[in-house]
Amino acid sequence: MQCHTGARNVQKIMVCLKRVVDYNVRIRLKPDNSGVVTDGVKMSINPFDEIALEEALRLRERGVAAEVLVVGIGPADCQQQLRTGLAMGADRAILVEHDDEVLPLTAARVFLRLAEREQPGLVLLGKQAIDDDCNQTGQMLAALWGRPQATFASKLEIEAGVAVVTREVDAGLEVISVDLPAVVTTDLRLNEPRYVKLPDIMKAKKKPLETLTLAGLGVAPAGGLRTVAWEAPQARQKGAMVTDVDALVATLRDKGFFN
Amino acid sequence: MPKVLIVAEHSGGRLNQSTARCVSCALQIEGNGADVVVLGQDCAAPAAEAATLRGVARVLSVQRPENAAPLAAVLAPQIAALAAGYSHVLGPSTTFGKDLMPRVAALLGAGQVSDLMSVEGPRRFKRPVYAGNAIVTVEVPDSLPVVATVRTASFKPAGAGGAAAVEAATPGAELPGHTRFVEQRGGGGGARPDLQTARLVVSGGRGVGSEANFALLYQFAARIGAAVGASRAAVDAGYVPNDMQVGQTGKIIAPELYMAFGISGAIQHLTGIKDAGLIVAINKDPEAPIFQVADVGLVGDLFTVIPALERALA
Ligand SMILES: Cc1cc2nc3c(=O)[nH]c(=O)nc-3n(C[C@H](O)[C@H](O)[C@H](O)COP(=O)(O)OP(=O)(O)OC[C@H]3O[C@@H](n4cnc5c(N)ncnc54)[C@H](O)[C@@H]3O)c2cc1C
Repeated sequence: MQCHTGARNVQKIMVCLKRVVDYNVRIRLKPDNSGVVTDGVKMSINPFDEIALEEALRLRERGVAAEVLVVGIGPADCQQQLRTGLAMGADRAILVEHDDEVLPLTAARVFLRLAEREQPGLVLLGKQAIDDDCNQTGQMLAALWGRPQATFASKLEIEAGVAVVTREVDAGLEVISVDLPAVVTTDLRLNEPRYVKLPDIMKAKKKPLETLTLAGLGVAPAGGLRTVAWEAPQARQKGAMVTDVDALVATLRDKGFFN
Repeated sequence: MPKVLIVAEHSGGRLNQSTARCVSCALQIEGNGADVVVLGQDCAAPAAEAATLRGVARVLSVQRPENAAPLAAVLAPQIAALAAGYSHVLGPSTTFGKDLMPRVAALLGAGQVSDLMSVEGPRRFKRPVYAGNAIVTVEVPDSLPVVATVRTASFKPAGAGGAAAVEAATPGAELPGHTRFVEQRGGGGGARPDLQTARLVVSGGRGVGSEANFALLYQFAARIGAAVGASRAAVDAGYVPNDMQVGQTGKIIAPELYMAFGISGAIQHLTGIKDAGLIVAINKDPEAPIFQVADVGLVGDLFTVIPALERALA
């Protein structure tokens, strides 16, 4: 039997934050179709990652965890999102600088190195990033780390070295229990992230933000998937407006329904 | 020559229709057929069902007590072991496949093509990004296996008429004990048609106003034999359970008819219904963005429109 002293369950929680185009921005393709326009566009923490950070902060506030570390990969500009994470309440940050595209497998390899270095009891990150919509990184990290994964979490409880996670699945809700350390990816209904207050932004400027590189961590970018073309989706045409229910029913019958 | 392995999804002794959709996708990669692997504690029935799908060459059945629940950490190493003989490993882009396939990919040292929506070549595919606001074409090099989740709304289910052999398989993989299934809590669907496969879907948003008011939609749906969906706002407000959410972070569906009541038409919601045959929107706000994409729009109060629809269809 494991001896539980009543002390904290998790010393450290590592939260992965991705910088993405803000979810309110209507994205546009570049004129040469080489990607989407990001110059002058509002960038934010991926909303799912923000939920992950909020959950980590709540665990620390409840005394379940001692320290919250936020980590990110990308160009120097990602410091903004990490600073926002520090302003929300994270204790320190690590940016792994990399100017080129970061595939989920590359991200997972970087987070593995950081997990080995930092030894977190829990890694929290969003279930997907709203730019590439991949929904891969958490699962890949868990695989490479040889640790459990609990994806699409809408409830997280931690007790005696175990996380009990309620997951949003197609059939409803599924509850699994995983040994720590583990990787948990967050769904939208886990919590509502707090707003950052001005004094916290000032305080965040003094919190430590360490910068590393992919090469320094001994990670080579994953080969594999290459994006060869971008295009606009096929737009649905605006249809017809009808003025009353009878006209609606007539239209539906005309299209072959309810006959 | 490509060789495709499909990871079957099943529950309650039945094969999920997403598997038949993966078969259609696989046949576009390799026309001669694909293998299907079914993992479970006792999965003879879904394995037999998979064997009847046209285009399935062989069904591998992996039965062991550890596979009783679909835990990604337990299934992934078995699939990775079986993947050795294949160039492509496909799973459905359902929560089952989204959870499992990236773990398989990482064990194989490969990336993953998420939400594969069209096959442009054996190693060239299209997939949506930015909630479907852009489409990218991606290529996987010859040196790596293709691991993908298939956007099920983009492919028709393969028909019956196959007669593949079912073989027992015992992949040699060490299974972890660190992950345990506790329980499954069903959603609110009850006897209604399944949202992901229904021909007709009636959907409600914040405009419905309350859990009690949703009874109006359930009743209308029952009358026309439709499944019921919802916007995220309706789920967040507690009107309906999470499994009814349609959209970027909910279900991506392609019914023949989608009727949206009191849904504004946020981009994240529209992502989920792009492939619907006919979109009908009922909203009291003539400026609601959903009218920009609806095939048929009616400005009106859903609380008078629904009873009137019932009368007209009676
Ligand atoms: C990362 C992220 C992911 C998201 N994923 C999803 C997702 O998967 N699915 C999803 O749906 N949303 C998603 N959203 C949320 C999305 O942005 C919208 O907030 C949501 O879809 C709005 O739901 P709604 O249309 O029901 O509510 P509202 O936008 O509030 O619209 C309610 C509509 O009801 C109409 N109405 C009110 N009363 C009546 C009446 N009596 N009769 C007729 N009409 C009436 C109003 O005119 C209004 O147009 C996501 C958001 C984010 C940030």
